[in-house]
Amino acid sequence: MKYIDEFNDPELARRLLDEIRATATRPWALMEVCGGQTHSIIRHGIDQLLPEQVELIHGPGCPVCVTPLEVIDKALEIASRPGVIFCSFGDMLRVPGTDRDLFRVKGEGGDVRVVYSPLDALELARRNPDREVVFFAIGFETTAPANAMAVHQARRLGLSNFSLLVSHVRVPPAVEAIMTAPECRVQGFLAAGHVCSVMGMAEYPELAERFRVPMVVTGFEPLDILEGIRRAVRQLERGEHRVENAYPRAVREEGNPAAVRMIEEVFEVTDRSWRGIGRIPASGWRLTDAFRAYDAEHRFDVGGIRTEEPAECRAGEVLQGLIKPTECAAFGTTCTPRTPLGATMVSSEGACAAYYLYRRMNAPAPQAGGGAQQEEVAPVA
Amino acid sequence: MCLAVPGKVVAIDDSADPLTGLVDFGGVQKQACLEYVSDVRVGEYVIVHVGFALQRLDEESALASLKLFEELGLLEEEFGDAWEQAEKEAGTA
Repeated sequence: MKYIDEFNDPELARRLLDEIRATATRPWALMEVCGGQTHSIIRHGIDQLLPEQVELIHGPGCPVCVTPLEVIDKALEIASRPGVIFCSFGDMLRVPGTDRDLFRVKGEGGDVRVVYSPLDALELARRNPDREVVFFAIGFETTAPANAMAVHQARRLGLSNFSLLVSHVRVPPAVEAIMTAPECRVQGFLAAGHVCSVMGMAEYPELAERFRVPMVVTGFEPLDILEGIRRAVRQLERGEHRVENAYPRAVREEGNPAAVRMIEEVFEVTDRSWRGIGRIPASGWRLTDAFRAYDAEHRFDVGGIRTEEPAECRAGEVLQGLIKPTECAAFGTTCTPRTPLGATMVSSEGACAAYYLYRRMNAPAPQAGGGAQQEEVAPVA
Repeated sequence: MCLAVPGKVVAIDDSADPLTGLVDFGGVQKQACLEYVSDVRVGEYVIVHVGFALQRLDEESALASLKLFEELGLLEEEFGDAWEQAEKEAGTA
């Protein structure tokens, strides 16, 4: 069986696959929402190990990938200003804006810094009172508690030189947008485990009921994903559509109430644009009026920047599960990790990057522990 | 960055605001905010995302995840030099 020997428990993986095979009597299409799950699925060849009745559709769960082009352009504009220290997570460095990326801005003299945590950016603001420190606050519900805490602390410490460029997105409205799209084929969801670690599961029963889809909260290790698929297929075969927790070691029904309280104190729900997908109502967070002074968009007056996606890039269709990366003409030709057209080819959680690195077409079996060196392989044409 | 890594709490600074502790991720040690799991104790395992502990995790699950992350090179990606990685990706390294 392809790749299965590199699973951390190959025997259990075989048992789960046998059970999925024995359960699935009809074709089913499941969407994994989390980009970490997509990466794990492609890396371990899980999609190829499944019986042909079970198809995995990759969802929009990579925060780097869904950050809109206009927000990237705003980041580049702010990072280029004298006196600014622009802080970001490392995987935003090479996400293409309209004509450059943060990596290039740094090369041109901008003070762009990579931080591990938003609290590191806050510390930079404390140590550099004569500089404006801006943190690029992207991410899903998992990252929101950290960013909320950073701005909460900035206010408590009286730091007036710290701000956030906010591009936060929320999973449940994206699920709704996917299910109401006319071309939607999704019949069940593997819900993102770590999002639920924070938010709990309360938002999902209504979605499962309304769209009659099983939603199985799933981790992102290979065995977690197989277990999530097994449970979703079992529900589909029985005609059920419930929320199940297949990741109880990290997810509690109520999530993390302290983290949710902090998010609700600092952020309020707003409409957000998703890169390649478009505007989804109530799908994001912005700073509340009480914290508006810490909003970099207002502080640096970049609210007016509006940009268009390059027509050649089909990342939006990939993010909605409408096409696989290899169906895009640019994949592996004009679009590679070295010359990415879209963020899905940059982020390690992006579907295009995962396909490029771990090769679905004429794919040699990936080497165990070989994640980092895969990029040396020639592109698939 | 979406990766949430399990780690063992090896020290807690009760005087820090927000509550902070030192967390060991399979040999790499980093400060993490413990405010959202404020009753955690030294020796327990937590899931840490962008420097914030989000939930507790049992030791067996934590160790299994850490082993897998290390094998996949994900720990290097999470804690390594992001500029070096970006240079490599850009073909300028």
